[in-house]
Amino acid sequence: MRIRFLIPVVTFVGIAAMMWYALFNLNPTEIPTEFVSKPAPEFSLEPVPGYGPGLAQEDLATGKVILLNVFASWCVACMAEHPFFMELKAQDTVDIFGLNYKDTPDGAAKWLARHGNPYKRTGMDLKGRVGIDFGVYGVPETFVISPDGKILDKIIGPVSPDMFESRIRPLLNEAGS
Amino acid sequence: MVAEIGQFVLILALITAIFQGVFPLIGAARNSQPMMRFANNAAFVQFAAITAAFICLTVGYITSDFSILNVANNSHSLKPMLYKISGVWGNHEGSLLLWSWILALFGLAVAVFGRNLPDSLKARVLSVQGLVGVGFLMFILFTSNPFERIDPAPLDGSGLNPLLQDPGLAFHPPFLYLGYVGLSITFSFAIAALIEGKVDPAWARWVRPWTLAAWGFLTIGIALGSWWAYYELGWGGWWFWDPVENASFMPWLAATALLHSAIVVEKRDALKNWTILLAIVAFSLSLLGTFLVRSGVLNSVHAFATDPARGVFILMFLIVVIGGSLLLYGIRAPMMKGGGLFAPISREGALVLNNLLLSTATATILLGTLYPIFLDAITGAKVSVGPPYFEATFIPLAIPLIIAMAFGPFLAWKRGDLAGVVSRLKFALLLSLLLVGVIWWQQTDTPIMALVGLGLFGWLVIGSLLEWTERIKLFRGPLSASWRRMTQLPRSAHGMTVAHIGVALVILGITASETWQTEHLGVMRPGEIVSVGGYDFRFDGAETVAGPNYDAVRGTFLASTGIEKGVYLYPEQRRYSDPPMETTEAAIRPMLSADLYAVIGEEDGKGGYAVRIYHKPFISWIWIGAFVMFLGGALSLSDRRLRLGAARRARQQEAATESLSGAKG
Repeated sequence: MRIRFLIPVVTFVGIAAMMWYALFNLNPTEIPTEFVSKPAPEFSLEPVPGYGPGLAQEDLATGKVILLNVFASWCVACMAEHPFFMELKAQDTVDIFGLNYKDTPDGAAKWLARHGNPYKRTGMDLKGRVGIDFGVYGVPETFVISPDGKILDKIIGPVSPDMFESRIRPLLNEAGS
Repeated sequence: MVAEIGQFVLILALITAIFQGVFPLIGAARNSQPMMRFANNAAFVQFAAITAAFICLTVGYITSDFSILNVANNSHSLKPMLYKISGVWGNHEGSLLLWSWILALFGLAVAVFGRNLPDSLKARVLSVQGLVGVGFLMFILFTSNPFERIDPAPLDGSGLNPLLQDPGLAFHPPFLYLGYVGLSITFSFAIAALIEGKVDPAWARWVRPWTLAAWGFLTIGIALGSWWAYYELGWGGWWFWDPVENASFMPWLAATALLHSAIVVEKRDALKNWTILLAIVAFSLSLLGTFLVRSGVLNSVHAFATDPARGVFILMFLIVVIGGSLLLYGIRAPMMKGGGLFAPISREGALVLNNLLLSTATATILLGTLYPIFLDAITGAKVSVGPPYFEATFIPLAIPLIIAMAFGPFLAWKRGDLAGVVSRLKFALLLSLLLVGVIWWQQTDTPIMALVGLGLFGWLVIGSLLEWTERIKLFRGPLSASWRRMTQLPRSAHGMTVAHIGVALVILGITASETWQTEHLGVMRPGEIVSVGGYDFRFDGAETVAGPNYDAVRGTFLASTGIEKGVYLYPEQRRYSDPPMETTEAAIRPMLSADLYAVIGEEDGKGGYAVRIYHKPFISWIWIGAFVMFLGGALSLSDRRLRLGAARRARQQEAATESLSGAKG
């Protein structure tokens, strides 16, 4: 048996081993590293009419860990995480800021009036410009922001209680201790 | 009820596939006729069973039976009928069912048309085909069952991703799968040949039509996909080097290489081991392409919902099929005897060069696609390898390939005469240099890559036509003699010329549209006029219109050159309700000289709209070229020599061809 005929199978074994490792140990939906530990991009937005002060880059550095939640009144998946956010607000676990994405002022205000307002501050990104700077893929997305206004992590899709415990709680504890 | 019938026939198909995989293999080893013949019956039953399952799922979609989980997740009662039907394969489970169905269809084709194949070869081919089917059916039944019920049934479905509600995309997967699965046949032939321990020209004569057919379908499938990206994603781009696109491009490159190396096996009885390896690699890349996006290993905009259980199954399947076949190759291939010898400068030599360049290109794309995983695994860094990498590696490989494409067909088998070919091609060289010179004279700041691209276009078109006219001895004698020669030339020779010209047209389209595209991005108010690419675009305002399952803002543009009457463009921004999602419907006026392309976006609150207008010269030629390539493949496929069951007659025909090309060399 000549060795060179085994080159293809050896190459494939290498590829397969790497894919095996990737399947169990890597998560392709994780936030790209270029965003982590970087200050949030610069922006300044008007609030949803009647819902608290507006939102700008400097408002994110609050001295504690907060959440920046991207939401919209047209977003059905946002309804899934909304009750949990109301619960977080009631327990005063963490402050949540709302980035209203590609919505209308009227629509957003009605949505918050009907379902309740979990947000300390809101900002309206009517055209989605700020969303582009944050690298928003879709709604909902939730950014975890450090006490000095840097991005710590991003969660794509609705935040579930499980996900909160596994990905957000450790960051809260770390900052608290 | 339909779901239960579907489930039942799928299980039946799996059992049949297991029998089809095992018994003929044993029969071929023991030389037992009944066991080998069993393969034919099994192929038929398997096809019938999967057809029935496919019909069951289709009925579920047409009748909007939301008690079937798959239908509830991917359909909606308001959806137009075309998309209810295309929804059958527009999702993970259904697309796998389509895959298995085509696999069974091709297996049946071998069983029916392969009467003149040696019994043992045919039995082994069908058996390998059956074993591949076992893997797919197990994957469907254990991890991705399309017939799963949901209780209680929802009142309505959650809809198909609106981006996928599009005629171009409705037919993109079936063509792609016809291509992927077509390569399964060449794979089965390769494995059967390794087991038998012999490859002869008759084997190549069987492999070549299947490769050609698979290649043709892949060409159409990829072209449809890029056309969809072009008009649906709204940025005017048509190729993004996305993992999913690469996944279909790699098998295409490998199939292109296989297509050419199989010629050498057929004509010269050489390159056998290499051709077998290519057949294995081409199908392995098809499997990788089908599965990579479903496994959760890579994330992509096209990715189907991922599930770790599926990932494990997929990897096991890939390891068994690809690893197993490559191991078999490693053990058996050294025993194959090599065939005819040839000098480096010869037709064979040119085809080897073609193969080297194509497989290097495939390898670099594979590397670029998998590199993010490797880097993440080793260093934990997240990167995305984008177009810059692929352009920097693919283009330098494509340029010598295209230069050689004009040379190769001129070279004689065994030993070619390079000086003679150069002197015959000097006309093509002169004309293409003249073309480059004229363009440079017109516009001295033309980017160098544009000049290279257009030079290659001229070189390949003129070179291909020269070779064709030489074959029929045009203007070397009476026209009637040339006509006679042309009609006597094998169709595969015409097919080659046509396909090569198709490649040249694609190069023209890419080069011209990348170089001379002009655009206007900004806010426009009704009545405003902007000038893009020599056209005046007048914005006549926008209105809200209602579609069957969406609302849309539709803009009106009038594009005119001032000479003609002008054309209206109606781009739309659609907002679908189920699932809630926005899509951009670009308005495109395709013309041979350029495409006019308009997109309407958000209102700015003061009566203006964000718009994007592009003028893209010659971009249609990318898809026209792809279609011409497909035609070339189809023309070759219709060649008598390759026609299924024409092996004996082919030998006489081949003798005639040989004397024809002998006269030339």
